[in-house]
Amino acid sequence: MSTAAYRIQGATGEWEVVIGLEVHAQVVSKSKLFSGAATAFGAEPNTQVSLVDAAMPGMLPVPNKECIRQAVRTGLAIDAQINKWSRFDRKNYFYADLPQGYQISQLYHPLVGEGHIDISLDDKNPEADVKRIGIERIHVEQDAGKLMHDQHPTMSYVDLNRSGVALMEIVSRPDLRSPAEAGAYLRKLRAILRYVGSCDGNMEEGSMRADVNVSVRKPGEEFGTRTETKNVNSVRFVMATIEHEASRQVDVLESGGKIVQETRLFDPDTGTTRSMRSKEDAHDYRYFPDPDLLPLELDDDFVEDCRRSLPELPDAKRHRYEKALGLTPYVAGVLTAEVETARWFEALLAEAAAKQGKGEEAVAKQAANWLTSELFGALNRLGRSLEDSPVSPAQGAELLALIGNGTISGSIAKQVLEKMLESGANGEMVGAEAIVEREGLKQESDTGAIEAVVAKVLADNADKVAQYKGGKEALFGFFVGQTMKAMAGKGNPQVVNELLKKALANYV
Amino acid sequence: MSELTELGVAAIREGVAKGEFAAVEVAEAFNANVAAAQGALNAFIVATPDKAIEAARTVDAARAAGKPLGKMAGVPIGMKDLFATKGVQTTAASHILEGFTPEYESTVSQKLWDAGAGMLGKLNLDQFAMGSSNETSYFGNVVSPWRRAGGDNAALAPGGSSGGSSAAIAARLCPAATGTDTGGSIRQPAAFTGTTGIKPTYGRCSRWGIVAFASSLDQAGPMARSVRDCAIMLEAMAGFDPKDSTSLDLPVPEWEAGLAPSLAGKKVGIPREYRMDGMDAEVAKSWDDGVAWLKDSGAEIVDISLPHTRYALPTYYIIAPAEASSNLARYDGVRYGLRDLPDGANLQDMYAATRAAGFGDEVKRRILIGTYVLSAGFYDAYYTQAQKVRTLISRDFTAAFNHCDVILAPTTPTAAFALGDNSDDPLAMYLNDVFSVPASLAGLPAMSVPAGLNSQGLPLGLQLIGRPFDEQGVLNAGLAIESRAGFTAKPDRWW
Repeated sequence: MSTAAYRIQGATGEWEVVIGLEVHAQVVSKSKLFSGAATAFGAEPNTQVSLVDAAMPGMLPVPNKECIRQAVRTGLAIDAQINKWSRFDRKNYFYADLPQGYQISQLYHPLVGEGHIDISLDDKNPEADVKRIGIERIHVEQDAGKLMHDQHPTMSYVDLNRSGVALMEIVSRPDLRSPAEAGAYLRKLRAILRYVGSCDGNMEEGSMRADVNVSVRKPGEEFGTRTETKNVNSVRFVMATIEHEASRQVDVLESGGKIVQETRLFDPDTGTTRSMRSKEDAHDYRYFPDPDLLPLELDDDFVEDCRRSLPELPDAKRHRYEKALGLTPYVAGVLTAEVETARWFEALLAEAAAKQGKGEEAVAKQAANWLTSELFGALNRLGRSLEDSPVSPAQGAELLALIGNGTISGSIAKQVLEKMLESGANGEMVGAEAIVEREGLKQESDTGAIEAVVAKVLADNADKVAQYKGGKEALFGFFVGQTMKAMAGKGNPQVVNELLKKALANYV
Repeated sequence: MSELTELGVAAIREGVAKGEFAAVEVAEAFNANVAAAQGALNAFIVATPDKAIEAARTVDAARAAGKPLGKMAGVPIGMKDLFATKGVQTTAASHILEGFTPEYESTVSQKLWDAGAGMLGKLNLDQFAMGSSNETSYFGNVVSPWRRAGGDNAALAPGGSSGGSSAAIAARLCPAATGTDTGGSIRQPAAFTGTTGIKPTYGRCSRWGIVAFASSLDQAGPMARSVRDCAIMLEAMAGFDPKDSTSLDLPVPEWEAGLAPSLAGKKVGIPREYRMDGMDAEVAKSWDDGVAWLKDSGAEIVDISLPHTRYALPTYYIIAPAEASSNLARYDGVRYGLRDLPDGANLQDMYAATRAAGFGDEVKRRILIGTYVLSAGFYDAYYTQAQKVRTLISRDFTAAFNHCDVILAPTTPTAAFALGDNSDDPLAMYLNDVFSVPASLAGLPAMSVPAGLNSQGLPLGLQLIGRPFDEQGVLNAGLAIESRAGFTAKPDRWW
């Protein structure tokens, strides 16, 4: 990916786009932010609603400590300040999906203050071209319910299952300068949330949505007026929103117009945004401290417990893979980009090291390369993800051990993997050792046997040997190929190489 | 049976426990009084005679079986219709909740039933507890059982918002009742009707299941005809509730056992700012009586200053409406209660029609005030400023309690006024709360006890305000007054 500054070419010159994202991430917790009702996705409408969520008269909110814990852990994961004193405010507005007539949120004193996330735009080398994106705050708040407009010809129905579910609103600084940066930021944020386990990051189910703030300016000038496009629910759509919104704003400005501060909606069908309401129509939310709730006071022990509960995070893990395991930044980046990949890799690594009686660092490259090229390629063809891989880390380690101890070659290993997957598709996964045994794929390392084949190959190709001896050394590969072919691929490549070199040198 | 309805909480509990009479007899006697008075006094929105009998039967059976009896065993009470009662209509005296029957029981009412009390019915109140005369109820105003001496038969206000509670207790329709107090809604009606009521420290009683008016001020408390009865009932009502984040996580003291009428070694503070220009002479006189009684009980009287008193009322009338404007947003016609859906109406039309039809004028007035003071551009000038003043008022009390243990003041600036007298003048009505609001803003325990009758034969109340959590000090000072005031007057039965 290009690391050059992203610019929009307008009629009057180049424009820079300035982006800030407000990400709403649903907190992973069994119950809602202020009630005991369940939070599972996809339940029958209005089956996960407590008296509090339905805002029955006299009902009171009680904070769910687990939601607070998850938000604090998230804050710690982005290196943010944890505010030991925070407070909930009411955001007042009327809507049918908002039973209380207000959303309990945190305007004045959020739980989490300044933090940051490092992103890289270089896919090949995540250590290069790193940019630090500031995060202004994370606050916790209630989600609203959902209106259903397709159930009745003249009326709308309300499903309150989501009403009161805990959200983290993660507000970035306007530090992003291109759709690609916004995409990288969202992916990185999603990865961190999933590592921490505070949000499942499932954008299709609405667990993560972004409000996209976009403005444009001539490079070096003051920030322009921004628009806010609400509730965009995929990385791709966020990038499309920015592209469309930035060029729309440039068009407006260059034709002498002004950008109106307004709320907009993204239409995935057309890839465009349209106005929802302008600043003049904006709600006056009449925020004030929620008198039903005491300020949230956290002690040092609680914050320390949260800190101790954090797993190794993607950047730290990637650095460790590079330094301790000797992996390339690219491979380390691929392995750590998703928490599932890293978990799978570490399980594979542990099994492989144990099976081969070596240290993890000694088998790391073998395991990493096999996982990122062989298994990923195979899963790709099957249309599967690592989470539902038919091959387990232990089964992968068994295959790696066969390569490691010279029983099979790398190319035979490819065949073995295919056969493992076939057997898996047919019901029971057959292990690598059993397949090698059954198919007779064991590698030939016996020098006598190989020497015999080598001798025959050289004899059959005397003209090529002469050319080789005459200086056309590239023909060495041809001899290797012929030898392997004659041995049905089972010759130990190292031994074949050695014996071929020796035989050619001695050839007269 | 009529003498049974003269008994208070302690006497009924004792009589039932000793077998002098059955709990069912008590319930029947009060049920009869409730039915007989309803047309004239309108104290109840809904009577629940069967509930009272059922609870009494349970107590009688428990006694017969030799089981231990609760603190309120055999005592039938009135329940202010602000407390959610499972299976019994709960309205907050508003049209918008007419017909609303909760599937849940408020924590406080449940504690009372668990203690052996029974429910005579749901008591009338000012709509959403907003008012000082009971005239804002959608279900018609309560009429005080008291009348002025000398043949003036003008219908008098029972006070508010717990006016159904005060009238019912004074008229012997119940020995005790629940009240709630946001700015004086227990104390002012108690003072108007010669009854006793205590608002405990904010957080003592759970607010869970009480229709909210102003969350940072609302507090439930007992109303009865004696200090002891209030102590008993408060013990049954109070206690930590994990369902209310503002509930105090403290054990409930044994207030009844701790009652002691001697105030030897105690200091009683007299706040000079409460002695206002043009104060009703008879109210001033009863305050002096109170001072003499407390001196007589062994207390030392000290002058104290609460310098921010005059800002209390305006502060209250910013904070309470602000919270109310938000608390009442949930009454929108979507999920329960009244829905007014004109032909072709959209969501906004439905909100407007429902809330226009469902809320009374005073409620609308306060929602408008509250919405205004929270609006962009006004928030700092009103709400933020009011919160600062609230802190100053609280500090006044903290400073004063360095010099005294309990504060004595009148409960109200006047005796009960006639219905209709203040109903066109909200500000005059709000002035009724001038002595009660400061303790509410500071979250302090405060009670009203009867001090005597004025020259028109109407009761006057004295207010005792204590340190946070010191309900005992307040109750004991109240007991000292009660035992010296010798208040035995009761309204002549004209209904």
